[in-house]
Amino acid sequence: MSKDNDDPKDVSKWSGSPKREIGRRDFVKLVGGTSVAITTAGVLTGVPSIAEAEDNPPRGKVVGPAAVLISLKINGQIHKLSIEPRVTLIDALRNHMDMTGAKKVCDRATCGACTVQINGKAVYSCTVLAIDAAGMGADIRTIEGLAPEGQYHPISAAFVANDAQQCGFCTSGFVMATKSYLDANPHPTIEEAQQWLGGGNICRCGTYRGLRRAVVVAGGGNVPAEGAD
Amino acid sequence: MAEYKWPPSEKRALIGKRVPRLDGPAKSSGRAKYTFDMNRPGMLHAKLAFSPHAHAKVAAIDTSIAEKMPGVKAVQIIFPVGTEVFWAGQELVAVAAETEEQARDAARAVRIQYDVLPHFVSDVPPERAGINVVKTGEVKEGDPDRAFAEADAVHEGYYGNTQVAHCCLEPHGQVTEWQGDNLTVWATTQNVSGIGGEFAKSLTAKGVPVDVANVEIICQMMGGGFGSKFAADPWGVACAQLAKTTGRPVKLMLERDQELMEAGSRPSLYARVKIAAKKDGTLTGWQSDAWGTSGPQAQSPLNLPYLFNFPNRSANFTAVLTNTGPIRAWRAPNAPQQCYMTMCPFDDLAAKLQMDPVEMYRKNLPILGARAKDYEAEITKASELMDWKSKWHPRGDTGTGPIKRGVGVSLHTWGGGGRSSTCQVKINPDGSVEVSLASQDLGTGNRTVIGIVAADTLGLPLEMVHVNIGDSRFPPSGSSGGSTTVGSVSSSTRVTATDALNQLFAKVAPVLGVSAERLEAMDSRIQVIDDASKGLDWKQACAKLGGTSILATNQMSRDIISQGVGGVQMAEVNVDIETGVIRVDKLVAVQDCGLIINMTTAESQVYGALIFGVNYSLYEEKIMDQQTGRHLNPNMEFYKLAGMHDIGELVVHMMTGPSYDERGPIGLGEPPTVSPGAALSNAVANAIGVRVPELPMTPDRVLAALGKA
Repeated sequence: MSKDNDDPKDVSKWSGSPKREIGRRDFVKLVGGTSVAITTAGVLTGVPSIAEAEDNPPRGKVVGPAAVLISLKINGQIHKLSIEPRVTLIDALRNHMDMTGAKKVCDRATCGACTVQINGKAVYSCTVLAIDAAGMGADIRTIEGLAPEGQYHPISAAFVANDAQQCGFCTSGFVMATKSYLDANPHPTIEEAQQWLGGGNICRCGTYRGLRRAVVVAGGGNVPAEGAD
Repeated sequence: MAEYKWPPSEKRALIGKRVPRLDGPAKSSGRAKYTFDMNRPGMLHAKLAFSPHAHAKVAAIDTSIAEKMPGVKAVQIIFPVGTEVFWAGQELVAVAAETEEQARDAARAVRIQYDVLPHFVSDVPPERAGINVVKTGEVKEGDPDRAFAEADAVHEGYYGNTQVAHCCLEPHGQVTEWQGDNLTVWATTQNVSGIGGEFAKSLTAKGVPVDVANVEIICQMMGGGFGSKFAADPWGVACAQLAKTTGRPVKLMLERDQELMEAGSRPSLYARVKIAAKKDGTLTGWQSDAWGTSGPQAQSPLNLPYLFNFPNRSANFTAVLTNTGPIRAWRAPNAPQQCYMTMCPFDDLAAKLQMDPVEMYRKNLPILGARAKDYEAEITKASELMDWKSKWHPRGDTGTGPIKRGVGVSLHTWGGGGRSSTCQVKINPDGSVEVSLASQDLGTGNRTVIGIVAADTLGLPLEMVHVNIGDSRFPPSGSSGGSTTVGSVSSSTRVTATDALNQLFAKVAPVLGVSAERLEAMDSRIQVIDDASKGLDWKQACAKLGGTSILATNQMSRDIISQGVGGVQMAEVNVDIETGVIRVDKLVAVQDCGLIINMTTAESQVYGALIFGVNYSLYEEKIMDQQTGRHLNPNMEFYKLAGMHDIGELVVHMMTGPSYDERGPIGLGEPPTVSPGAALSNAVANAIGVRVPELPMTPDRVLAALGKA
């Protein structure tokens, strides 16, 4: 996978490969394929049945500005919510579902703090409308979905071991960008990791040295021991 | 009274070692809850209406349309009619609504009329700034005129630093919630112990009486501060007023443009400098005419030159009053600018004398008195790590081709030390330990430092210690500024944990049949000194407490910390003289800061400071529009920060061991941020043969310096 294809700013590319939009029919199939997850999730308050999950406005229909009912598939579960069509995915996650792992920082597709995965690709959730993500049946993965409660994903563990976080406000975004990168490039060198993660995510505290080491370690690679200066 | 001191190196199980930060797992799994992440039941969202004018008087405010907008629950005027606005972006009205989008709509619908006044947003030299100047300081020592007349070499030059912003990734803001007379504020603050009083005072003055005893400030996780988050802020008070009016929790976080326009920036500093030395490089004379802006207020006079006390100097400073926005303390306030303003002319003078600047620094170290030998050692170490001797060449890379390479060096100092801190240590009968103090972790690793000190003092692994910070209900601890946090909290924690342990010794001593003075805590045991076989496991010992926990509270001791650190940094760059683009190849930082508590987070602070330096040296700049007086780049697309591929190789070496450790902890957040500007500028001058006189060294400035633009 080339670097260009993973550019999280390029929303035309987040529908996955092969590059086409997922239609309503695909969406229903997708939902059907995850019925176990839905059944399991059905015990949670407010989680819809499969039928209810089809509540997304039909394609092409003009909706809004009032709130509309949409269904989002997040971390394998369907979440039904009523939001205005202008609400971005980051705001839907943070304000309507209390999923605050992704952070809102620049709100303009520059800094990467809001990075989530859509259909396996790193995407800036500040630049995706929640209703669009619902309409295309996006399979959304947030940092909350990386590991079960009480457990840590190996990427998170590598971040801790390499002190790849200071204030930590960019960290969720870097973890999710790293996830997408390693999915496509499982064993990067430090130079490759640095090049790929060089522009799409910004850290203010200056944790880049720890970050590039963490990415390599999460990919199973080795980095020089600390204090080897 | 107990004697407090740091354990000798052989008894430090955790102090000075590499320890992963305690909140790393929460942060790297997205589970850490910051102020911005607080979603309270029934919470409203608030947004601000702010002035588009850089200088104006508020003539009328009409909130009637906004009040009728969908979802709006309350409107709060922050600054009333008649207020003089001094920068574009100043907050005037706050609106609370059911959703963030509705609040934003309503804030836009607030109608504010202004009597627009002339603005000035340019920090040009005083002679071109008209009436907008205040001369704030002038010093003269020795006989500078004679020094210049008798000098073997004199260099004169112009140097400048533009204004830069803090750009905290978590913007300023808070969530406020009333329960009866009690106010809870989840704030993103460097001042957990301090802002409660400010909230109480401001709210009471605005007709919402509240005692500070009824205000709780909470800040468990914080997305950066860098000196900009010490105050309750007008929008914070307004947020609490909205919560009172509506009877519901309210969240008000600045949007990114507001964060960059009004949540603080670093003052600019420019100077015409004249510097003189003898043939052998010994500094003899200094003269500087400096100016800069701190926005609408005149800043205090700046002390130049930095670090080196020249025998003969004359320096003056003129404040240029502008409508560029408010300044706030910015990581090592004024020091990066002053360091740049001193170490760059120094480097230019070395070039004039055809001296290696490292040798010229060595020549002048005696001026630094007692610290000279530390700097000598640091220069030697940095030179080795940079391979300075083989990389340094006289001004101007003579190689063919457009890529020019060069190296530069700078020295810095900072005070640090301790401010104030009270700690409470509780040892429970089940062996668990709680350490509580109303300090805050800005991302520095403070929480982990407290845990390490408590654990090492009690002879326990870190997991046994519960560190409670970030809540004003805990004993007060100073704000995090001036690199004083680690000095303060390590001292108060060491003192109080020692007190608590002495209480435990007193309980256990009769059981072991020895006097309490003969006991020590090691390896999760209370044991007899020099007879480790005689003792009790920690849990067995704590079980002797019966049903009552040990509770000790005490303050920091200044006897186990100190002040004053130094550091040397070297930069290696390559410059494309066709495009003006500078790339950082390598940065070396050698730094002392007394006794290091956690090597991992100490090094991370220095790595971060180097990257902070790359940012303000090459990218960051608050750009003002002269016509409208507005900030042109209040966003992260055009307010540039380095990405991971912009930083080059970073090498950090912390000075430790004898002569460093016995000074006790000092504090580190700011000092390594001071030198990068000068080191990078000097490296560029070494590469291309001319000085790029202003930071940031953007391609246009590089090309201009080369005479190509």
